[in-house]
Order: sequence, then C-alpha cells, then structure tokens
Amino acid sequence: MKSILPITTVVLAVLAIWYAFAVWMNAPLQRDAYTNAGRADYSTQDLIVASLNMERPKLPGPHQVAAEMIKLIVATPPTSKRSLVYHALITLEETLIGFVIGAALGIGLAVVIVSVRWLDRSLTPWLVASQTVPIIALAPMIVVILNQFNITGIAPKAAIAAYLSFFPVTVGMVKGFRSPDPLQLDLMRTYSASQGQTFVKLRAPASAPYFFASMKIGAAAALVGAIVAEVTKSEDGGLGARLLAGSYYGQTVQIWAALFAAAALSAALVGIIGLMGRLAEHRMGFVR
Amino acid sequence: MIDRRMADLVPPFLFGLVVLALWELVVRAAHVPAIILPTPSAIALRFFTSIPTLAADFWQTIKGLLMGYAVGSGAGLVVAVLVDRSLFLQRGLLPLGNLVSALPIVGIAPIMVMWFGFDWPSKAAVVVVMTFFPMLVNAVAGLESASAMEKDLMKTYAASYWQTLVALRLPAALPFVFNALKINTTLAMIGAIVAEFFGTPTVGMGFRISTEVGHLGIDMVWATILVAALAGSLFYALVALIERRATFWHASFRAREA
Repeated sequence: MKSILPITTVVLAVLAIWYAFAVWMNAPLQRDAYTNAGRADYSTQDLIVASLNMERPKLPGPHQVAAEMIKLIVATPPTSKRSLVYHALITLEETLIGFVIGAALGIGLAVVIVSVRWLDRSLTPWLVASQTVPIIALAPMIVVILNQFNITGIAPKAAIAAYLSFFPVTVGMVKGFRSPDPLQLDLMRTYSASQGQTFVKLRAPASAPYFFASMKIGAAAALVGAIVAEVTKSEDGGLGARLLAGSYYGQTVQIWAALFAAAALSAALVGIIGLMGRLAEHRMGFVR
Repeated sequence: MIDRRMADLVPPFLFGLVVLALWELVVRAAHVPAIILPTPSAIALRFFTSIPTLAADFWQTIKGLLMGYAVGSGAGLVVAVLVDRSLFLQRGLLPLGNLVSALPIVGIAPIMVMWFGFDWPSKAAVVVVMTFFPMLVNAVAGLESASAMEKDLMKTYAASYWQTLVALRLPAALPFVFNALKINTTLAMIGAIVAEFFGTPTVGMGFRISTEVGHLGIDMVWATILVAALAGSLFYALVALIERRATFWHASFRAREA
C-alpha cells in the first residue's frame, strides 16, 4: 500500500512529460497552420491549447486519447464496427483460443520432455535455440499457409497466438517440473513411488509457481501474436487491424486508443492470472 | 571436457537432421505444393541464390536493431543507476516497468514510423522502447544484489558512493544485466522485424517477409526466416560468450567448470 504515493507521482510525471512532448511536437504543425490561415496575432497560450487539440496531431494529448477511448467504448454501441469493444472482443477471442491451445500443448510437451530421457536430450537444445529466433516473423506466412487450406477467420490468428505462447510455457514448465530438489525425489524413491506417482504427487504440485509465471508470459505473448496476425490479415478487424488502419490514414488518436485498449487487455489478462496464481499458491502453502 | 560437450551436441544434431530429412521426404512424397511448404533443399537453394538480396535486407534491419539495442539497453542501465539512489522513485517506477514489460509494445511501431520516417531510425526507436524496460527492471534488481556484508566492507574502506558503485555494485549487477541483454536480443529482433511490417524503404527482412508472402514466394520467406534465425542465434551466442568472459566468477559458470 505504501507504493500508492510513489506510483501516483510517477504516473503524474509521465502525464506531464507527455503533455510537454505533445506541445513540443505539435506546435510546429500548428504554427504552419496559423501561417497558412494568415494569422500572426496568436498568443503562446493559443498555440499551446491549439496544439493539444489538433485533428491529426503528431502526438495527441492524453485527454484526446481518453476522449477517443470514451467515445469508442462507451458512446459507440459494441456491435458497431467503429467500437473499440467490438475489436477488442475479436482480439480477446483469438488470444484466448490461441492461449488455451498453446498452453495445453506447451504443458504436454514439457511433461514428455521431463519423462522421456532421449527426447529431453535431443529436443531441449532446440527449444533453447528457438527462444533466440524471432518466431513472430513466421506470422504472415502461417496466415497464408492456413489460407491455402481454406482456414480463414479467427483460426489462423489463434494459431499464431498459440504458436507464440507455446514456447515460453514449455520452457517454464520444464523448469517447474524439475524444481523439486534431489532430497524430495529421493524420498519418493524410498517410498518406491512409480514415475507416474512421483509426477502427480511431487513434480506437478511443485511446478505451481512456474505454472502461473509461464501462464502470464504465455498470455502476454498470445496477445502480441494475435495483434501482429491481425496486422498481416486486417480484413476481419481486431485491435491490430485498427493500428494498421490508423497508420494508413494518419489517424494518430485512433492508433493511441487502440494501443491503450491492447495494453488494458494485456494488463487485465496478466492481472487475472496473477491473482489466480496468488490464491492458488496461498492455498497450496507456498511461502511468498 | 571438450569431448563431453561434443557428445552432448550429438543427439540434438541427429534429431535436427532427422526432422529435416522427414520434412524433405513428406513434402516430396505427398506432393505438397511449394506454396504451402517448400522442401528444405528448395529453401537452401533459394538461400544460396539470393545471398545479395538477403544480405541487403540483413544490413537494413541490423542497423536499426543494433542502434536500438545499444540505446535502449544503455538507457535502461543508466536510469537504473539513477533510480537506485531514491527508494521513492524505485517504488514508483518498478511496478510500472513490470507492467510495461507485459504490454504489446510492438504496437507502437506505426507511431514510430510516423514520427521517424520509413527508414531504420523508426525501427531503432521501437527497439529502444522494447529493450529499455527489461534492462531497467533487471538492473535495479542487480544493483540490490550485493550483500550487506560486502557493502559494510566498502564502508569500512571509507569508499564513496561512486567507488562502491564501480568497484562492488555494478560488477555484482552484471549477471542481471547480462540476463536482460540476452532477453533483449530476442526482443530487438522481434521489434526490428515487426516494425518493418508497418512500412519501410523497399529493403529489410520484415519488408521481404511481408511482400514475398503477398506474391506467394514462400521459399524466399523461409530463406529470410533462416537468416533471421541464424542472426538471432549468433547475436544471442555472442552476448552469452561476453557474459562468460565478464562474469566468469559467477556460481553458474564455476559449477559447470568443476
């Protein structure tokens, strides 16, 4: 709770810097506009106020973004194609489907890697290497490939979201399943527990903190995947499509609104998982 | 010891070969059209015949990437040192830094393209923002990591703040800093490539991928991805190598030598 004051201060400072930058970046444009309109009698105050309320500013003021978001979220019905809720729901659907598939695959692969020795030795270096590869570069190609199979709409984007969330989950869960220390594993052996029993009674519960940490990273990665996929295939809407449309038509306020919607979505997903994690870890008796 | 390391490499190497062979066989046997999945041999052929194009794309992308990586990581480290002096700023900045790290930052690419133009500076700007926060969060944690005993020792030497910083706390923070540098190699690749999806001069790896996908030159897409994968792995390996040299004293490396 003692963090509230520092965080508020920093947020206010960020807002102040944002306003300063907005004036600094937009004022030249506004000055040109005044010159073109033949006006020379404007005061500094006029200039500042005008540059914070431009139609297509280089950097919109925070209040402009807030107004745009309120307009597109509250004042527009969610069924309208202009509504941010409409697009955010599309993105959320792709993200969630992809995330669930990706997380399930990732956990499954982690179980296999931990249980089968030769697979571990041959697969793990590739998994580590795959972390250094910009997987997201594959996104446009996956869309096209799936298109060849007449898979369109949500599926290709969910596939990319799944693909992106899959690797961090695998890596995190392998670490989690390996987290019990040798002492505990030896104890299971003295009980003559089978490999399956050791897994269910020791490895799986011990991996809980890693599970929630991987879920957080996986969900954030799935959202990035969905957004980038929407940029590559923007006909069906979604926050990524709004970003692209905004950048085509120079609608900066629209870009920022879509960006903040995406940020809110990501923060909400990660927050919910974090909350579930804290509850679960508390009940399971992990000391934090 | 070298022998053992080589022996460790054999299973993954064989596994990779088997996967490539299976890929080649399945694609040929099932007559999968090259538009969906080209054979590894076709990709290799395309790679070797288009080296000039791929090299030009690589340089275009790597310019923005390296510049952004250096500025973003450097700024993160400097801000971490500044923030470290004030508990108030730490309490305010760190939760926000953690929050921002989870956000889809690649989304700022269209804005940066608008501000800095189509060429590599806009890509560098995206990379700066993407790499800044992981470095900030890690470096602040790293600066905390010197133990109380060590700090007390510096105090008994009557070391000044700067002396303590340079002789004790920055070296102690190095493992954390290198952790961030390694995370940032991947983030920088992603940022530089995705930013090119939003507009570039007609060169660059992200540009190549998005245009070749447009006219179904899938083998060229794979060749570009191969370049990206090689570059990403080499970049990571280079940072890891420097880390090994710079933090040879750290437990994780000492344990491996024994």
